[in-house]
Amino acid sequence: MQVTIKVNGREESAEVEPRRLLVHFLREDLRLTGTHVGCDTSGCGACTVLVDGTPVKSCTMLAVMADGREVTTVEGLIRNGQLHPIQQGFKEEHGLQCGFCTPGMMLVAKALLEAEADPSEEQIRWAISGNVCRCTGYQNIVKSVQWAAKKLAENA
Amino acid sequence: MYPPKFDYVAPRSLDEALEVLAEHGSDAKLLAGGQSLIPLLKLRFAAPAVLVDLNRLTGLDGFRESVTHLHVGALTRHADAERSPLLAARYPLMAAAAPVISDPLVRNMGTVGGSLAHADPAGDWGAVMLAAGAEVVARSREGERTIAVRDFFRGLLETALEPTEILTEVRVPRPRGRAGGTYLKLERKVGDFATVGVAVQLELDDGRIGRAGIGLTAVGAVNVRAAAAEEHLAGAEPTAEAFAEAARLAAAAAEPTSDVRGSAEYKRDVVRVYVERGLERALALARA
Amino acid sequence: MTEQAQPRKTVCGLGHSVKRKEDDRFLRGQGNYVDDVNLPRMLHMAILRSPMAHARIKSIDAEAAKAVPGVVAVVTGADLAAHNLAWMPTLSGDTQAVFATDKVRFQGQEVAAVIAEDPYVAYDALDLIDVDYDMLEAVVDPFKAMAAGAPLIRDEKEGQKDNSVYHWEAGDKDATERAFAAADKVVKLKTHYPRCHPSPLETCGCVADVNAGTGKVKIYMTSQAPHAHRTLFALVAGLPEQNIQIISPDIGGGFGNKVPIYPGYVAATAASLLIGRPVKWIESRSENLISTGFARDYHMEGELALKNDGQMLGLRVRLVSDQGAFFADAQPSKFRAGLFHIVTGSYDLPAAHVVADGVYTNKAPGGVAYRCSFRVTEASYLIERLVQNAAYELDLDPAELRLRNFIRPEQFPYKSATGFVYDSGDYHTALKLALEKVGYEDLKREKEAGRAAGKLIGVGIASFTEVVGAGPAKDYDIVGLKMFDSAELRVHPTGKAILKIGVQTQGQGHETTFAQIVAGELGIPPEDVLVQHGDTDNTPYGLGTYASRSTPTAGAATAVISRKLREKARKIAAHVLEADAADLEWDVDRFQVKGVPGKACTIQEIAFAAYTNPPPGEEAGLEGVHYYDPPNMTYPFGSYVVVVEIDEGTGVWKVRRMVAVDDCGVRINPMIVEGQIHGGLTEGYGIAAMQLITFDDDGNCIGSTFMDYLLPTAWETPKFETFATVTPSPHHPIGAKGVGESATVGSPAAYVNAVVDALAHLGVRNVEMPVTSAKVWEAIRQARAT
Repeated sequence: MQVTIKVNGREESAEVEPRRLLVHFLREDLRLTGTHVGCDTSGCGACTVLVDGTPVKSCTMLAVMADGREVTTVEGLIRNGQLHPIQQGFKEEHGLQCGFCTPGMMLVAKALLEAEADPSEEQIRWAISGNVCRCTGYQNIVKSVQWAAKKLAENA
Repeated sequence: MYPPKFDYVAPRSLDEALEVLAEHGSDAKLLAGGQSLIPLLKLRFAAPAVLVDLNRLTGLDGFRESVTHLHVGALTRHADAERSPLLAARYPLMAAAAPVISDPLVRNMGTVGGSLAHADPAGDWGAVMLAAGAEVVARSREGERTIAVRDFFRGLLETALEPTEILTEVRVPRPRGRAGGTYLKLERKVGDFATVGVAVQLELDDGRIGRAGIGLTAVGAVNVRAAAAEEHLAGAEPTAEAFAEAARLAAAAAEPTSDVRGSAEYKRDVVRVYVERGLERALALARA
Repeated sequence: MTEQAQPRKTVCGLGHSVKRKEDDRFLRGQGNYVDDVNLPRMLHMAILRSPMAHARIKSIDAEAAKAVPGVVAVVTGADLAAHNLAWMPTLSGDTQAVFATDKVRFQGQEVAAVIAEDPYVAYDALDLIDVDYDMLEAVVDPFKAMAAGAPLIRDEKEGQKDNSVYHWEAGDKDATERAFAAADKVVKLKTHYPRCHPSPLETCGCVADVNAGTGKVKIYMTSQAPHAHRTLFALVAGLPEQNIQIISPDIGGGFGNKVPIYPGYVAATAASLLIGRPVKWIESRSENLISTGFARDYHMEGELALKNDGQMLGLRVRLVSDQGAFFADAQPSKFRAGLFHIVTGSYDLPAAHVVADGVYTNKAPGGVAYRCSFRVTEASYLIERLVQNAAYELDLDPAELRLRNFIRPEQFPYKSATGFVYDSGDYHTALKLALEKVGYEDLKREKEAGRAAGKLIGVGIASFTEVVGAGPAKDYDIVGLKMFDSAELRVHPTGKAILKIGVQTQGQGHETTFAQIVAGELGIPPEDVLVQHGDTDNTPYGLGTYASRSTPTAGAATAVISRKLREKARKIAAHVLEADAADLEWDVDRFQVKGVPGKACTIQEIAFAAYTNPPPGEEAGLEGVHYYDPPNMTYPFGSYVVVVEIDEGTGVWKVRRMVAVDDCGVRINPMIVEGQIHGGLTEGYGIAAMQLITFDDDGNCIGSTFMDYLLPTAWETPKFETFATVTPSPHHPIGAKGVGESATVGSPAAYVNAVVDALAHLGVRNVEMPVTSAKVWEAIRQARAT
């Protein structure tokens, strides 16, 4: 099947089997390897991308389901070669260690901050409760998102 | 991790979808949110010949109130329920359940109709709709029919739907009089299936209980309606004793199995505790 | 020469929370994990695994699989056997099947593999392989495995008559018996530290590229120990070691899961050799949980002998270790039960005796993993639970009992009853700080008041001592390889540097912390020091990163080589300044002529001179390599206090507070240290509350997906309050001890002690991990019934 998906602002077309998972389309067909696979029962969120701005597990979506839609991956966070405030926040507050869960975490944070400019700790923990991290214990991820919220408010 | 091959069609209209189903019957599987189906495909526990993607259909999502019912489009995502001001204001049982379904990412995709049609006894909406006394609308090429949710769940992952039918809407009766409800869920962590889930709906009639609805999650082969408990409460004074007895009856109606989440005895007792707490909370909301 | 006029920029060496240099690529989604590696003409391998725990293989029919378009080859155990690769040695001196030939010995064991152009095709073909099994009785209970008449699991092993793997003892049996004879009280605890799994978010995998034309064997691998793995590959596969290059690129978490050599690596390499194209193998999560190195599974019986006033006299431990079907742990060869004999913990225990028996069962192999520091997790758990219970039995405050028995600062270096020499510690200060921060006295009052009102509040303490930094050559080796580590440092003409190390980060921040060590010694800012690791062609030999050993060994090597270069720098500076080397003193980043302000030579100027103006008789350049043999282990320690509240109706327990005081000696980067602790406290919470891999009587594994093997999310995970004390290691060049595993070692007992403490007044003395709400409910019910 022919699919056309706008990925990080760029139209991408390809011929794919209906069974091809969106995460494999992104990683293998487009070589956007920032989106990761961490499990096989849709239980970890490492594969999180934004589809039309909404965080979803790209391992639990067929590429054909994203036909005609817009997908944002971690590679799409950079603005004019500069780190997005969310990326900056994760660096400032040591929100990553091995980096494997980080793309998913940051994209969820992006969607959260667009809906809620000044989220509480509870709201942040709730929003990322579908994304597993094995390294950080989440505490610094919360601080990273709070840093980003402040930065975005300053920039606004 | 890698689904088997299947044919795929993404109809643009409900009629088109129903045509495909009429042609393929049980060789076809409907794809809504995909949060239950796609994991099954990846584990190769399901191998349909045709996947019918419902996500291009319009007009099958959202909340709409008529004089008698809240109409919930089958393709309404759990996240829409979680964020709905209408539910928060007038349907507290649903508003309490939506946020604890699976995890936030799943809620962005999973649908109310898909969850009900999948009929996992650990599904939350099933217990909620039982407690709410809801009915579902099923469309086929031949026409439309309504099925009361209490008659809808036939067995493990089995419903009253024919292979040629699509669930299009859930109808929740608008509560009469002062009403309240809540959903209590015990899970080992966010995203785990419920150890126990309890849905409670109370409608008051001049201070007494007009109607009580109690639905249970993960304590049987299907979502369980605690009928004896409901009957005990109907027409009764909402006292602590009545609630305690209803809780005991509800626990007796549960058929939990012992597993890694706990013994059957444990789960049964959590049902009792949660029904009691749920009724108290529902009453407080009804009186507020 | 440099004027002294301007103030010097701070060179962020030790003690600075420098932001991580490695972050940028991860933030941009440009991490280079093994699954991101894509080579021309690369094939994909999928492994067929046994659905049975114990069965004879009668036949394998792969014809239908081979016929699937896109399939290039199907490999079975028989194919590997033809090349002598069906079996491989393990890191514990045993052998392990690469692909089963005669029997399968655990559910999930590797049986065959499909190599295809595309992974979807590979899995389609996998479904078509037909294996005929003859089911055998599975042995799942290690005690039944030890009993007479149990089915023999390792029947292929010459001389193996039963399911025993090893028998090992430590300490002094007679002295311990005498101690127990003198006791007023003996507190006993029988407990199972359950089988769990490190489950890093990235699973294991490799891309094996055997190039017949160049003779090069390049393997990209999720490896915590690339050099050791290279040597083992050379020995196992008979390939020339100089042609093998193991590249461990970015690793998405290790936690000990990526130390063993897995059959998949060997099979992928063999496949690449046979086919002549690169072969990628990335396991799924289910494969990771069902077959790779699990953690723990220790059945322990501990007895603590005390006087009525709380003085500890002796400790006896009998343990049975469930090793699974193969003894495949990575641990120092001299110690069969790892470093479990640190079990006397933080206490001045004059006598101890440990008896350990390892047993084969029909389960996946492993045991040493998940931040255990070679079984210190098990030991620490046992002693801290015993001490907590002893407090209840003697009606003493659990903190007071600990304080009375802690090794005192003046006793260091302290020789323990099982032979460890603890380098330094101040346990009293750490515990008192933790108690102060948590508000211990107020909590005790709240607890009492709560009980009267039917509230169940508990306070749990764990005061652990870790032993890390393996290890001194006289006692430590893994398959004969001594456990030194290495650092190679070269300073460039423009004053920047490259540091190559033998350890391998999996998220611990080495690219930053090791640069900080150089900065501390040579004054080169961390941003100017490139840290390189993970490529065996481009780094000095090392034993890798696990058991918190990197800072104690490679960190020490880095400091030592930096100091050696500084000594050469002195000679260069003397030459440049036309001064006597003895008249120069080092000041952060420059050599300064004593008493002559303004006459100094910065490290950058020295570096330039090394290539443009070296002193006569000196080699040009400024570089060197050091292999460091640690003189001793290091002993980080800490005290953790957890406050929980239990909902009696459901048994659900919630952590209200978690106060952690850690002492890892000198902290190179406090921000990174804190991050390590947060992660470990979370793993400890997961272990205490929800993590379990278990088996039914037929050996079917329960816990092989994330649906059953639970990882805590941000919602369940408590908030942590972390504090530090600093007691430097006297033998480490920069006084640092290592910290990566401390929190996973020390915290499970703190959480469990808190739950037990909430129920102790009901007579409850134990709840087995994972402490689920169901178990708490059951404990309360049983206690109230009696």
